This record gives sequence, C-alpha cells and structure tokens, in this order.
Amino acid sequence: MRPRLSFEWLHACSGCEIALLNSGELLLDLLDRVEIVHFPLLMDHKYTSRAGGEGEVHLPEAEIGLVSGGVASEEHQAVLRAMRASCRTLVSLGTCATHGGIPALRNQWPIAAALKTVFAGSEGGTAIPDTILAPLDRVYSIDEQVAVDVSLPGCPPRSESIIEMIAALLAGEPFHLPCKSVCETCPTIRTGKGQQKVRRFLANAEYDPEKTVAEMRCLLEQGLLCMGPVTAGGCGGKDAPLCIRARVPCRGCFGPVRQGGNQLLDMLNALASNGMGHRDIVDRRSLLRFSGAHGLLKPLRERK
Amino acid sequence: MNQVISIHPVTRIEGHARIDIHLDESGQVCDARVGIAALRGFEQFVVGRPAEEIPRIVNRICGICPWMHHLAAVKAIDGCFGVRPAPAGHLLRELCQVLAHIHDKILHFFFLAAPDFVLGPGGDYAVRNIMGLVRQEPELAAQVVRMRQLAQMMLERFAGKAIHPVAGVAGGFAKPMREEERQGLLADSRVLLDFASYALDYAKNKVFSRFCDALQSLGTITTGFLGTVGHQGALRLYDGSLRLMHPDGTTVDFPANEYERYLAEQVEPWSSAKMVYARSWGEGFSLDPDAPRGVYRVNTLARINVCDRIATPRAQAELEEFRGRFGRPAQGTLLYHWARLIELVYACERTLELLADERITDPAVRVPATPRAGRGIGHVEAPRGTLIHDYSTDDNGCITRANLIVGTTHNIAPMNLSVRQAAASLISAGAVDDEMLNRIEMAVRAYDP
Repeated sequence: MRPRLSFEWLHACSGCEIALLNSGELLLDLLDRVEIVHFPLLMDHKYTSRAGGEGEVHLPEAEIGLVSGGVASEEHQAVLRAMRASCRTLVSLGTCATHGGIPALRNQWPIAAALKTVFAGSEGGTAIPDTILAPLDRVYSIDEQVAVDVSLPGCPPRSESIIEMIAALLAGEPFHLPCKSVCETCPTIRTGKGQQKVRRFLANAEYDPEKTVAEMRCLLEQGLLCMGPVTAGGCGGKDAPLCIRARVPCRGCFGPVRQGGNQLLDMLNALASNGMGHRDIVDRRSLLRFSGAHGLLKPLRERK
Repeated sequence: MNQVISIHPVTRIEGHARIDIHLDESGQVCDARVGIAALRGFEQFVVGRPAEEIPRIVNRICGICPWMHHLAAVKAIDGCFGVRPAPAGHLLRELCQVLAHIHDKILHFFFLAAPDFVLGPGGDYAVRNIMGLVRQEPELAAQVVRMRQLAQMMLERFAGKAIHPVAGVAGGFAKPMREEERQGLLADSRVLLDFASYALDYAKNKVFSRFCDALQSLGTITTGFLGTVGHQGALRLYDGSLRLMHPDGTTVDFPANEYERYLAEQVEPWSSAKMVYARSWGEGFSLDPDAPRGVYRVNTLARINVCDRIATPRAQAELEEFRGRFGRPAQGTLLYHWARLIELVYACERTLELLADERITDPAVRVPATPRAGRGIGHVEAPRGTLIHDYSTDDNGCITRANLIVGTTHNIAPMNLSVRQAAASLISAGAVDDEMLNRIEMAVRAYDP
C-alpha cells in the first residue's frame, strides 16, 4: 500500500498548497508514490457523511498529515484535533501554522473590535454573524493547540522544501531546516559601515539593474529596514533570497531563525549592533507581522 | 419531517465553504445556502500601518491570486500618496497581473473543475480529481502541471516571488526588466499561448460537447453582470472603467472610485461573508429565488458578457463564436468555464503584446512617493472577479480606514441562487445521492470561489 497523505488548511490563504503545486515535475513524481486521502483543495473527501451531525469531523488515517494556517475559530480547532488524531506524523506547513503569520496581526485587537470594523458600513445595520464564525480570542499557531512533529515555515515555504520534507518523512529520515538567517544566505555586499537612519521604502534601493544581486550593496546598510538578520533563511534555496532578487528588503516571512525567537526584539538588537537607531521605524510592532502567535502580539489596551 | 443536508466542506474550490440544503416535510427543497465562514480581519489590522507596506500584507488574503490584491493595493496607495506610477512600472505591473491570471485559470479548469467533466460527475470521489486525471490522461495531466508551473516560474524568475509578491511598489515597480529577461519571457509566453489554444480546443471538443444541456441548465439563474472594459468597450483585466450590466442587457460605465454610488454591501445574519448588490438599480437586495433583486455576477462569464470586444485576435474569434452560440448576456452558470478559457487565451496574447512593447525595459520604473493624508481606490479584475481596495491615510501616510471588496464577495448572492436552483431541480421527494450532491457542488465550482 502506498503511504497515505492528508492535507488540511485552517486560517490560511492556500498559498502553501499552491507552493506544493508549483513543484511541477516533483509533484508528478510524488503523486506516483503516495495516496492522498484528504485534501479539500484537490479532492472530494468530506468531514461527515451527509446524514452526519454537527461538530463531528471524521478524517481518514494517514501516515503524514500537513496542516497550513493558524487556528482562529472553534471549527479550526475541531479540524486540527481530528488531523492530530488521524495522522501519525503531523506537519505544520507555512508560517501561519508555525508562527501565526499575517492573520495573527489580528491579535493586536480584541476580537470584538475586529468584528465591529469588518462588519461596519453595511446597509443592513451592524448585524454581526458571530454565531457562525465562532472566533477564538486570538489567532494561534498549530503548536499552541496540538503536538506537532515537524515544522516547515515560509510564506509560502519553498516548493522544493515541501517535497524534500515529505520525501524525508516517507524514507523515515529526520527533516531539519538549516538554522541559517536570511543574511547568511544573502550574497549582497556588506561593508560594516551603513546608514544610521532607517528609512521607509518609498524609493527604490540603489543598484545597477544590469548587475547581479551579489554586486548590490546590502539593503540594511542602504538604510532600508531589512529583516534578514532575524529571519529564518532558505526561501531562495542555494540562490539569493527571493525578495532580495526583486531588490526589495526582507520582511521576515519565514519567522524567527530559532523557533522561540522574537523577531521584534531580535531586530531592535540587530539595528543597535549595526549602529542604527530604531526611533525612525514607523509601527515597530509590524516587526512581528509574521510571528504574532505564541502571545507575542497582544491588544494595545493591555499594554499600559 | 424537515431535514438539512450538508455538504461540508465544499471541495475543489479555492477557499472554505459549506452548503446546507433544507428539505420540507414532503422532501422538496425549501432553501439552500452557501456559507463561507472566515473572519480574517484584514480591514482591521491594516489600520495604523505605513501605507507603502500594505501591498505586502494584503497579498496574504489569497495565495492563489496574491498578485491581484498586491496590485489593487499598490494602485490604491498610489492614490493615497498622489503619485503617478512610472510608465515602465505601469507596464510591468500589468504584465505580472495578466501572467498571474494564466496559472490561475489552468489551475481552476484542469485541477479543480475538469475532473467533474472528464471523469464524470458521478465518478468515485477517490479518483474524481487531479490525481485520477493523472492516471487516466497522463500526458495531458503532465502537460497541465508543467504549463501551470511555467507561468508561475516566469513570475518568480522576473519578480522574485510568485506567491505573495513584493515587486509592486507605490510609484511603480521595484526592478526594471532587462532585455535578456524580456526575450526569455517572450519565448515562454509563446509556449503558453499554444497551450491555451490547445486547452480551449480540447475543452470545446472533448468536454463541453458532452455536457451541452448542463452548460445551459445546471445552476442557471438570470442576473446582471459586472466587469471592466477599456477603449471601445474592450475586455480589460488590469485597468479601465467598471461596467455594470442589468439583466436586460443595458449597461452603465463608471470609474472604480465611484463604486459606492453603484454598489452597496449588506450583512446577512446567516452568512459571515458580506453580500454586494447593485445599488444603482434602485430595487434594493433580495435573494428571493423567484424574484431576486439587485443581484449581479462577476468573474469570467461576467467579463465576457459586459465587454463589446476583445482587443487580441484569437480571443476575439473565440468571443464571436461564444456569442453566436449563447447570446449576450449568456446566463448559463457552467459557461463560466468556457469564458475562463477564452480569458486564458486573452491573457497569453496580452502577455505577448506587453512584452513586445519596447517601453517595458525602460530602467525608470519608480517615481518616489511622499507619505501624506489622502484616499486611494485601486481596482483590478481578479480571476474571481472585480477587486476593489479602498484606503485612507493620515498625515504620516499610515492607514486610518480600509474597505475591501474581493471578487468572490460579489458572487456570494448569485452562488446562493445557483445552488438553490440546482438543488431544487435535482432533489425531489427527499431522494438524494452522491452524484446529485456533486452536481450541486459543480454549480459552486463554476464560480471558482
């Protein structure tokens, strides 16, 4: 029997699933080796039989389960628990699953405030369908809710990394990402002497477009807030990080370099050690824009 | 006895949804609803952020169409800051936007929708999917997987990230296109255009021809349509005027920044997704299946219906054939698939046109922007329909208010009507089987929600 794979998405955008599909030939090889038993984007396995009651989620057993997205509602919790119960190895796929991701920016507001804003301005008054949504108080990462065996961050993760991880798990081998920062994988020129002020990205970086990324000055040294020092590397594989290839500074989408890291505190330290002030940063808490789960982003009112 | 039949989750769609079909005591359908349960809160959590960062945040609304959100936001932020993008930056944005339509249409038609047609609506669920297609038609499936990947890799090669892009910036684009890159993209675009033409022929000859009745009947309702048109009413995906067509075929054109005069949003207590309706028709909003009011549709069929012509030759020939067969406006819900493949051809042809424009390699791609208080409304045609981003900023150029109308939102009301129509025509005296339920889902899949 082929090894069984099960996929779920919770508070997610489907970018992780699209990253898997972007692997092309590698995807075709994978499909040849495994049986996919549950994958709402691609196949018709349902949570319950049509006569089934509410609340019960039945999922088929699988050797490997991959879950993208964070946990933001009671339904997400139910689906996640069913995945944990039915999968021998559970993978948190993508930064929303591992660190909350962009949707965890919601954690800066109480849930009632977010509901009021989103449903404002409607012609029918301010009826809020909150019974349907059953939102949790905040957005959680997967590991805050259930035990996770393997974490693969990235917004989205690199296509090849997803395939490599699945292949390693199928072969019974451990899978570890190299513990390198974006900076350690970035070929730009660093001199150690850069701008002392951080500027907003309102004009392009200075570089010669006919020359390679390796011939461009480090964006942080150019005064652009680049989160390379405090962000897990690997987005570009063996080549330059993806945003840097677009000549755009890193915003931290792979989460902290080490699982328990705090991108905000780490970045303020990195700026200090580069002799750069942090007072010019508008909206400092945005430094946690990909890693606001684990209680790192909280409503402002609680921060007196 | 009253009974509720649930389809949960609706599968092979690009998001999370469920269907609840209510049967009365005699087993007839008395109501059917498509529920989309998601509260992401983007309109809340963009508040206070520097506006130039927004295109890198809101792209996470959708991992399938992140370029659409990225670029609608970039255009809106241009508006907030009062900056006119550099001409080459403008062209590069459109290039990325039409390229992003290509992978999306291949994904939707072949990976999500085609299994119903090729493997049959009543086939075993375990094989009625792309994996089953790989086994039954390995050469076609391999080609589909490769072409989708090619379209995505063209974006990644040029713009760094294909999923959750970063290269669109206030005032233009983050990097210019080198001549060598242009040549490479041109060669790949020709491959994609050949595939698009093949895909449409394949669909017409081997797929749609076997479902002639269903194309005109399954989930079919009568509504208005909304899309975007350019010069002489030509189909546009990247920019142009909005055109709202009444069910009787009459149209009104308006600029996107006047959307609030023509469209209005409403919250229904049973749906977490807001509904949008045509305010300018002055009839209010009702989902009464016998007399709906204010309901219009967006996405491929809508765009194909509202445009007067398509400015590229192969797609124009296909439009003429489509109109000859189905009239204007065409109301058949499954015709969304046909229209989707016409747009695939257009997107490939438009990519070639843009790459042939020598101005696209101009190194001046960005005009520096200055933060200021303002309001900007940006719109594009996303694969799933008209996408509107509306932001206001304070003196420091930080967001004070956001309103987002995403493609699928416009289609929530008509999807509900289509599902109700499909359920009522398929289910009688309480008799339900898996094929019927999948056919009801096909009415949702056509909208590609």
